[in-house]
Amino acid sequence: MLTFGTGNKAVAMAVRDAKPVVVAAYPITPQTEIVEELANYVTDGSLDARYIPVESEHSSMAACIGAAATGVRTFTATSSHGLVYMCEMLHMSAGARLPIVMANANRSIGPGWNIGAEHTDSISMRDTGWLQVYVSSVQEAYDVTLMAFRIAEHTDVLLPVMINLDGFLLTHITQTFETVEPDDFIPPIATPHAIDINNPGGYGTLTPGDTHFKFRRDIERGMQASIPVIEETEADFARRFGREYHLYDEYRMEDADVVIIAMGTFGKEMEVAVDILREEGIRAGAIRMRWFRPFITPDLDGKDVVVIDRDYSFGFGGVVANELQAKCGCKPFSVIAGLGGQEVTYDDIAEFVRIQRPGTEHWFGVDD
Amino acid sequence: MHGMRSILPAGPNQYFIIIHVKYPKERLDTMAIPDEEFLLKTTSACAGCPSSLILRYVTKAAGTDTVLVIPACCTSVIQGVYPTTAMNLPVYNVAFASAAAVASGMSEAFRAEGKKTNVICYAGDGGTIDIGIQALSGALERGTDFLYICYDNEAYSNTGMQRSGATPLGAMTTTTPGGKKDHKKDLDAIVAAHNPVYQATACAAYPQDLYNKVEKALTIPGPKFMHVLAPCPPGWRFPSEKTVEMGKLAVKAGLWVLYERENGKLTITGASKAAMKKRIPVEDYLSVQGRFRKITAEQTAEIKKTVEENIARLQREVDGIC
Amino acid sequence: MFEIRLHSRGGQGGVTAAKLIAYAAFLDGKYATATPLYGAERRGAPVVSFIRIDDRPIRVYSQIRNPDLVIVLDESIMELVDVLKGLKPDGEVFVNSQKGTCVEGHRTYPVDLTSISLSLDLVLAGNPILNTPLIGAIAKLGVISQESAKQVIAETFRDERNVEAALRAYEELKI
Repeated sequence: MLTFGTGNKAVAMAVRDAKPVVVAAYPITPQTEIVEELANYVTDGSLDARYIPVESEHSSMAACIGAAATGVRTFTATSSHGLVYMCEMLHMSAGARLPIVMANANRSIGPGWNIGAEHTDSISMRDTGWLQVYVSSVQEAYDVTLMAFRIAEHTDVLLPVMINLDGFLLTHITQTFETVEPDDFIPPIATPHAIDINNPGGYGTLTPGDTHFKFRRDIERGMQASIPVIEETEADFARRFGREYHLYDEYRMEDADVVIIAMGTFGKEMEVAVDILREEGIRAGAIRMRWFRPFITPDLDGKDVVVIDRDYSFGFGGVVANELQAKCGCKPFSVIAGLGGQEVTYDDIAEFVRIQRPGTEHWFGVDD
Repeated sequence: MHGMRSILPAGPNQYFIIIHVKYPKERLDTMAIPDEEFLLKTTSACAGCPSSLILRYVTKAAGTDTVLVIPACCTSVIQGVYPTTAMNLPVYNVAFASAAAVASGMSEAFRAEGKKTNVICYAGDGGTIDIGIQALSGALERGTDFLYICYDNEAYSNTGMQRSGATPLGAMTTTTPGGKKDHKKDLDAIVAAHNPVYQATACAAYPQDLYNKVEKALTIPGPKFMHVLAPCPPGWRFPSEKTVEMGKLAVKAGLWVLYERENGKLTITGASKAAMKKRIPVEDYLSVQGRFRKITAEQTAEIKKTVEENIARLQREVDGIC
Repeated sequence: MFEIRLHSRGGQGGVTAAKLIAYAAFLDGKYATATPLYGAERRGAPVVSFIRIDDRPIRVYSQIRNPDLVIVLDESIMELVDVLKGLKPDGEVFVNSQKGTCVEGHRTYPVDLTSISLSLDLVLAGNPILNTPLIGAIAKLGVISQESAKQVIAETFRDERNVEAALRAYEELKI
């Protein structure tokens, strides 16, 4: 059904269509509309779920853990301070191999209070064992939220999935999107280690170091196994519903000498920058990174690389730029831009390419 | 006792243990405590451990259709080490602050699936009174259908006896080497402010009273709370064989009052009925525990005053005056 | 791409108005986006919303710097904010004005939306409803079709007086 709504609404509608049994909810700007919409669906009966209005984000993830442990589908949403507040439970949920799905509205972290888009919140959770995907349109927010349940619950994966959407830029923009009838696109959840009263066991008991070590390795196996599961899920989605997704998006890359790389809404806006640069005779292309965990490595051989990070790791650098450098051996021009919702346009992005100096870092609007 | 064996399932996920168990026979006499054990003899508890004593009777009262949710506390250790467990029930071990919130999610999921499975949080005093109080408050306020049991050994015992909000005035811990300068936090008043459907206290020294209360609590839908005193030999510094005796002294001195509150009505139970009228001196309880070695005369007087005020307050509630 | 910047005050319904205009454009078969630029969510504070309308999918998320049309729902904002900032040389201005305010150098369309609403007793939480007459006026400017404007109002508001408000604004706006 063709619909007109915000990124938040698209996520909520996808959750409704995925039919979770338990939704834990705590408000935080700019995610709040998601849990408000879900409350409406539960109230009007269009979603038959238990809606738990928890008292904190730590508890929203805890409630999802408790519910998912029994083998039911669960969802919650958060942002910024809420995400970092639940950090402990992110580790716990991934370590317990629970296929929880969560939307995160990317937002900066204080002080001072700033509610603008920034990826530092989710990127600082990169080592928790959660899959992380970054979307760039309202349609993609809907589609990926549906796919997230199938990917998380796949028995080769059994890891939680975080759908990241830029605060305000995507959570609050109103666009056209199409909803689908998922039918059996998401198979019934069948968590193999769900609590079974008839077969009692201990979960998360004292664990010796060598066993803990094996469990960690198992998480990484699940992470690696998620890559073919993601590809298969995206392929099946395209077959059924006609919309194609890939591990990363390429734009005018065929003969590109210089490639711009970014996640989230920058990843769309930079296509306009590529068009502008092409008109100037610069053979530019763009790669929008969609999956940050597992980290998908594109082929950047022989190209100049300009990476825009809407995040920063203090004492290290732009995280995407540096991870790409580590994985691909490229020497990117690392642009730090858009933190705290800083305004960055396609004109600015085109300028990054014009001024690029490989192997250096540039703080947009600050370095002068 | 039940034989215990564990099997690690194949596949990418080994996050669970399967124990082969025999299931207890149906209970014939509901008044008697059943023989069936859910806490097996292979626990790794300290000698004289009150937590395992309490857990033994809690699980006997709860029966097989029960899941325990356990935050970081002594009971994390008591269960034993992967891949074996001393628990003959599903046990979900969770982060320190999260037990009541995990139970919320678990209870809602079970109810959504039409299951009546008991969800019991079994948490220490630190995990309840301090770090877990927010989650507990939220779960009670939301009307979660669960039973929260705080076994109170009055310190962070699992980490080696540090002061908690439940540590009493004058008690030495590793972080109050000169004795605690502050009073014990009134957890029961905090919980009572949430109006749970059932609230009770109990003590490791009185298993029948404990058993009856757990059994009754689990028949009532909604949020239930129990606060159980757990005299801890290494923490309180008394001989391991004196756990029950120490619990009895606490009750007889009126430092710990056994009661239950149902539909707003308070009933004093068991040995506390007598203690409401006549009590042994508080010193008889304090003097036999090494942790009170440095208590001052003023602090002892303070404790006595608190005991008398508490008894008077409870009596007024029993009499319907407040 | 046709770009509109809408200035309002918190509580006036500017954010919703932007969504409704974009929705009408969507019903016209166009691609459209509406984005609010939020500060703290408080009543009375100046709020800016952006509307983009195009025949092709819209890939831009940043703010509109050079609008084709500026809409001002509360003319007192013009004393606080440079509403003409970046307006294209041939860009136009729509002002909800009770005194026929005109802007120098730009084609201005002043319409008294407030009085239209008040005369129909269209008031929500103490504020006159400006969304529906605004949609009527914007339809007159040709940004959205009359049919889509009607459909948006019919789908969003039950009260028939909203249609009347839109019609009055449509008539009052002089091209």
